[in-house]
Parts: sequence; structure tokens; C-alpha cells
Amino acid sequence: MTQVELLEVNNIGISFGGLRAVDNVSLTIKNGQLYGLIGPNGSGKTTLFNMITGVYKPTSGTFYFNGENLTGKSPVEINKKGIARTFQNIRLFKNMSVIDNVKVGLHNKHKYTMFESILRLPRFFHEEQKMEEEALELLGVFDLDKEKDSLACNLPYGKQRKLEIARALATGPKLLLLDEPAAGMNPNETEELMETIRFIRDNFNMTILLIEHDMKLVSGICEEISVLNFGTLLASGKTSEVLNNPEVIAAYLGE
Amino acid sequence: MQQFIMTLIDGINLGSVYALVALGYTMVYGIAKMLNFAHGDIIMVGAYTIVVFITRLSISVPLAMILCVAFCALLGFVVEKLAYKPLRHATPLSVLITAIGVSYLLQNLALLIFGTNRQFIVRFIDVGNFNLFGVSVSGISVIIWVTTIVIMIGLYTFIKKTKLGRAMLAVSEDKGAAQLMGINVNRTISITFVIGSALAGVASILYSAKYLNVDPYTGSLFGIKAFAAAVFGGIGSIPGAMIGGLLIGLIEALTASYLPFNLNAASDGFAFVILIIMLVLKPTGLLGKKNTEKV
Repeated sequence: MTQVELLEVNNIGISFGGLRAVDNVSLTIKNGQLYGLIGPNGSGKTTLFNMITGVYKPTSGTFYFNGENLTGKSPVEINKKGIARTFQNIRLFKNMSVIDNVKVGLHNKHKYTMFESILRLPRFFHEEQKMEEEALELLGVFDLDKEKDSLACNLPYGKQRKLEIARALATGPKLLLLDEPAAGMNPNETEELMETIRFIRDNFNMTILLIEHDMKLVSGICEEISVLNFGTLLASGKTSEVLNNPEVIAAYLGE
Repeated sequence: MQQFIMTLIDGINLGSVYALVALGYTMVYGIAKMLNFAHGDIIMVGAYTIVVFITRLSISVPLAMILCVAFCALLGFVVEKLAYKPLRHATPLSVLITAIGVSYLLQNLALLIFGTNRQFIVRFIDVGNFNLFGVSVSGISVIIWVTTIVIMIGLYTFIKKTKLGRAMLAVSEDKGAAQLMGINVNRTISITFVIGSALAGVASILYSAKYLNVDPYTGSLFGIKAFAAAVFGGIGSIPGAMIGGLLIGLIEALTASYLPFNLNAASDGFAFVILIIMLVLKPTGLLGKKNTEKV
């Protein structure tokens, strides 16, 4: 079961004007894997995320998710198929409450029509009740249930990162993309985050692809990694092997 | 005293209708981030549908009112679909100019169909007077107040308590992030337009019932004042639109009755003078949120 390929990226690339931001990148992520994507700043990691989530349309190559070609689909379609993400610079709905942020993530899971909500029909109350319960349960996992009514912008930084993960999980993904989840965290918070990521993988049967600069986190939890440099794939494979690859060391530290 | 209270009541009537229209402006601005200058003209169209349905076709009043709101909602949907949706990624200025174009288009269509003459509307909501603290208040005033308050509370709970409302708030804060959470942004914006236009439809019913006439330019000045009300209260804020609407209505009624000499003819302008002073003192409007950017 764990050996089934969930995401298969084939020779994907994108140009902005004359700039080739990502070129000919391929990678395969298996079901249940914790996969890392590393590389110097500007090497195209977030651009790759943006292509996989539909924000950018790749100008070459394809990607398959769960055996289905999702290349060039809209962000909404891709999200419905089961890919959710967080952002490098936190993009919560700042002026909405913590629980409402999660409920936005649950939007497509619970159906009722505008009429049912205006006329206050039983299904409206029923579905809203279920949404409330599910949102609270998710917040509980991240220890955010006590702050459910505070505005997202009033949460401390580390908790905002957690809320972003909770919101992404609410959309019911099979693949979770985390863009620099440990950015701006101190070593203790990073340690805790590693626990959380493992917990999500094990308890939600999640496959996780993460971008990270913190090598301790990457070597601590990622089973496999890929390294991007100037938009091309420099190396991929088992984490320990890739991190000892002289080319990778050179790209990070300079020759 | 008697006259003062009458003036206040007039002001609240006018202000309530402004508030309903301002709600539409503020919702569309808050969620789609555009100024729909054609919003005021939807009221004019709504009032003409009342003329057609009630005066010309003699349809029963409740049915005519439902048809009027439905027609305005449909008009909002069509305008959004044809004129604004293709410009979703254009600069705000192009959208603004398009909205002004739509506004003139609607006015000229009305001119073409109904001519320049003011059309009179039969008194289609006829309820007796109420006695309020010794002052006789017309039934239609009470209907206007109650409708406005019910709609305001309804809209507020709709946005805060339903998933569509939350989707609207999410789109208003960050379209990109909302999309990546599976929210259909285009659809959410279209629904916002439909709701805003339906509110304009309700406003047009109240307007026609109270003032009993309409011409092709009715919506234009009315719309601008309602827009001023939305800005006054802090654009994007629902309670702000309500308070702004009432204040603009009251200022207009009070200045029209109490300004000395012949200045009362300029009561329209006076509301705008207050708006300018207000914006100099508090640029975000009464209840507007200040967007501080972190550097």
C-alpha cells in the first residue's frame, strides 16, 4: 500500500517571459511518504508548489495525482482532488476567527444551498453543527481549541503556522504541501513542529511534501528529498545520501 | 417640536433606503474590491418594474414586489457576467470605468423605453397611520424601518453564520488563498452581486412606495448619496453602511428644513460637505478598518 505512487511530476517546467524559473523537473512521491524539497533561495521550490496547486500553469511537462493528469487544472479543482497547501508567508484569513478559518477549509465537504440557509431549513442547522464539530476536532489536534474565537491575526506566530496546517487539512487532502513550515521558529518550536508533522502523517494517513531550509528538520523527518538549484533538479533520493552528495554541498555552500 | 420630529422621521425614512443601497455598495466593494457605480441605477430599474407590473399590467402587489426583486437580482447577475467578470484580472480603474458605462447604459435604456417624463406610481402599499408619542407616523415609514432592520440583521447573520458568508469573507481577505482552499472565487463574487442587487430591488420597492415617482436619473443621484453613506460609515463594513445611510438621510432632511435663507435648496450638497469633513478627520470612515501594512 505504501508503495503506490501518489504524485508523479514529469519534466515539468515554466517560463516567465525569458526566465526559465523551473526546468525539466521530475519527481515521484509515494503514498504515505514524507518528502522534502530543498534548495537555495530562488531555486524554484515555491514555483514548483504553485504549479502543483494550479496557481501557475506549467509551460511544459505534466503531473499526475492519484493516476489522474491534473496539469493546468484550476486551484479549486486541484484542491477538490485532494492537494492542499500552506504558504511560506502565512496567508490566513486574518480578520476571521480561528474556527472560521478552519470552516472555510471545510467549505466543500458540507453541502447546503443558499435557500436552505436563508429559510433556515433543518439541513442548514445539521450541516453547520457537523462543521462546528469537525472544526473543533481539528483545532483540538493542534491545541488551538481554546483560542477558537480569537481572530487569526491575534494568534502568536507559531500557532498561526499550526492553524494554516489545520485549515489545509480541513479541505480533506491526500497530499499536503508545506511551504517552509519552520520558517521563523526557534529550535524548540521546530522540534514540536516535527512531532506535529509526524503525527499528521500517521493519524491522517497523509502524504506530505515540504519545502524547508532547516536541515535538522529535513534530515530528522524526511525519508526522501529532492534538491533544486537554478530551477533544475540537482539530486534526489534517500535523505542521508543526498545530503552527503558533494554537488549538493557545493550548491549550498558554494565551491 | 412637532415639525422637528416630522423632519427626523423623514430623515430616518430616507436614511433607511440609503442604508439598503449602501449595503449593496459596501458588500460588493468589500468582497469583489470594486465600486459598482451602476448599483444606484438598479433602483431606478426596480422602480420602473414596479411601474410596469403594478400601474400598467395591474399584477397583484405582492407578486409584483417579488418579481421586482427577482428582476433586479437577475439584472445584477447579467451585468456582472457580461461586464465585470471578463475584467476580473484587469486593473481596478478599467472596472470602475466599465461600471460608469453600465450606469449610463441603464439610464439610456430607461430613456429609450420610458422617455424623459417622470412616471408616477400608484400608492401600492396603503397602510394607516401610527401614533408614535403623539406624532402621527405614516404606515409606510414603519414598513421602511422594519424592513431595513430585518434585512440588515439577516445579512449580518448570513455572512457570519453560513458557509457561503464565510466564503465571501475569505474571498474578501485573500482571493488566492481562498481559491487554494477550494472556494470558487468567481461564483462567490457572482453571488455577492446577486444579493447586492436584490437588496437594491427591495430598496426600489420602498423608494417607490414612499416617493411614488421615478425618472431615468432617479438612481444616479440616489446611488451617489448611498455610496457616500457607505464611505461615511466605512466602506466594507455592514453596520457602517447602516449608520452612514441613516446619518446622510438625517443630515439631508434636517438641512432641508432648517438651513436659513435659501440655503436649504443645497441640502444635497450639505451632506457631502459633512462627508468631506468626516473623511479628513477619519479617512477610513466611521467604522472602517484601518489596514496597517507590516513593513
